[in-house]
Amino acid sequence: MTHANELTLAEARAALKSRSLSSVELTKAHLAAIERARGLNAYIAETPERALAMAGESDARLARGEGGPLEGLPVGVKDLYATKGVHTQACSHILDGFKPQYESTVTANLWRDGAVMLGKLNMDEFAMGSSNETSYYGPVASPWLPPNWSEEQARAALAGDKRGLLTPGGSSGGSASAVAARLCLAATASDTGGSIRQPAAFTGTTGIKPTYGRCSRYGMVAFASSLDQAGPIARTTRDAAIMLRSMAGYDARDSTCYDAPVPDYEAAVGRSIKGLTIGVPREYRLDGMNPEIEKLWGRGVAWMRDAGARIVDISLPNTRHALPAYYIVAPAEASSNLARYDGVRYGLREPGADITALYENTRAAGFGAEVRRRVMIGTYVLSAGYYDAYYVRAQKIRTLIKRDFETAFADGVDAILTPATPSAAFGIGEKGAADPVEMYLNDIFTVTVNMAGLPGLVAPAGLSAEGLPLGLQVIGRPFDEETLFALGEVIEQSAGPMKLPEIWW
Amino acid sequence: MSVDLAAVRRIARLARIAVSEAEAPHLQGEINAILAFVEALGAVDVEGVEPMTSVIPMKLPLRADVVTDGQIERLVLANAPLVEDDFFLVPKVID
Repeated sequence: MTHANELTLAEARAALKSRSLSSVELTKAHLAAIERARGLNAYIAETPERALAMAGESDARLARGEGGPLEGLPVGVKDLYATKGVHTQACSHILDGFKPQYESTVTANLWRDGAVMLGKLNMDEFAMGSSNETSYYGPVASPWLPPNWSEEQARAALAGDKRGLLTPGGSSGGSASAVAARLCLAATASDTGGSIRQPAAFTGTTGIKPTYGRCSRYGMVAFASSLDQAGPIARTTRDAAIMLRSMAGYDARDSTCYDAPVPDYEAAVGRSIKGLTIGVPREYRLDGMNPEIEKLWGRGVAWMRDAGARIVDISLPNTRHALPAYYIVAPAEASSNLARYDGVRYGLREPGADITALYENTRAAGFGAEVRRRVMIGTYVLSAGYYDAYYVRAQKIRTLIKRDFETAFADGVDAILTPATPSAAFGIGEKGAADPVEMYLNDIFTVTVNMAGLPGLVAPAGLSAEGLPLGLQVIGRPFDEETLFALGEVIEQSAGPMKLPEIWW
Repeated sequence: MSVDLAAVRRIARLARIAVSEAEAPHLQGEINAILAFVEALGAVDVEGVEPMTSVIPMKLPLRADVVTDGQIERLVLANAPLVEDDFFLVPKVID
């Protein structure tokens, strides 16, 4: 028999419901897999006692014929979600020892629906990064072997500094690696510029960033409040749909949370896409584009056409301004949000002669290099004399970006198909050391979606010539996640099942 | 636009992040690389365009102006690195 942790979330749900498997057995299989995979560094805090206690309670409910939509299903939680009494640091040193006294709404929704918490997952510090290398807890390795590497070679690197192994992407690198390595059935993640979708593409998993406001941000460590949104990473489109239904929903404690019923997303998986109009934006065809990515995109177009969709070329003329504008808006909001880390109320404290020295020493010691850089950029673009030239201008450009999408949707486009990333996964230590902008370019296809507040889903679409996973992205109208799940399933079925790597770690 | 070393030190002070003399030139290079990256935005025609304030058109909800919590000093202080009685401790601010 396959190990229980190899099941999809939907399969595990069926096995629990038919009582052919217990939640305790399922949870133990995951805990054993996590223990064996510690070298990947996907989990930074394991909660086995809590997991088994929750699983036991789920089994009791299932035995009584009760239970919620996720009853007894073990999931992982990105370290950015406040989990009461459990390590929550957004993988930053400055939140040293922080244990929240309250639960985030998204995780509370999961536990309400019966899910079991396995532990907290590694991420880029404060979600600032595209490779999980900015984490205070060290990089995460992808379960995918680098091309032409032997298992022995990979195991040796895993025991060392991990250089040369593949990154799972970021910032939700722990979530993506854990899901791909079958260390949880699914995981929570979050996306400010591509942090769900790029890791999903790099690891052969499925991720969705829902419309801004679909999930509550209450209890999520804030990075850029007008861009941050919660979402799941899972192994199939169906599993992502099941997860999002539980995660989403109105919450009065987040004033930007959208008050509308959550649809049954799973019902949209397998729905026909016949007659839908799919836009293909010409501005996403970049100069010097990786020919493999271009070919994959063309294949995606053909799959949609074969499934009965109408394909139209569209123009989103302000696309090229999105990434630079993002690198003004996001650091500006970050510099404001991260002002709260002062060494007084929680986390790390580095003494100083006066209060200013206390702040400055604490923040210098507590923030990593990338976070320091972004807080300083944000401070600069918000400072007197530069606010209009940078920040206000970037917010105007954001209006133009959103208008491009609105025009396309008004012209009858139901969804937009694009590549997810400019390339397959790269190696740990390979990018961004000399020039931070090199790393930022990873988000070129995903960041427009955050700037416009739209939903975007990435589904695995095949392998590169070197055997690494590649994803395609579909972008939808506001709050039309259902169409994205229907399209995601078409991509998944057309590409064929993604064969995840066998255990070598 | 680019920043000089004095500007880097000024930004660091505003951001309340201690930056050593040795780190400053390196940070200057990185900040200028990012500023060069966003430079092209200066050429975009934004005449008459409203800056984005809310990405999803919705009215800011207002709750009733009533006390909804309180008496949770213990929870508020639970993660503080240094406390005395019901207070956060900081270096002396007023002489």
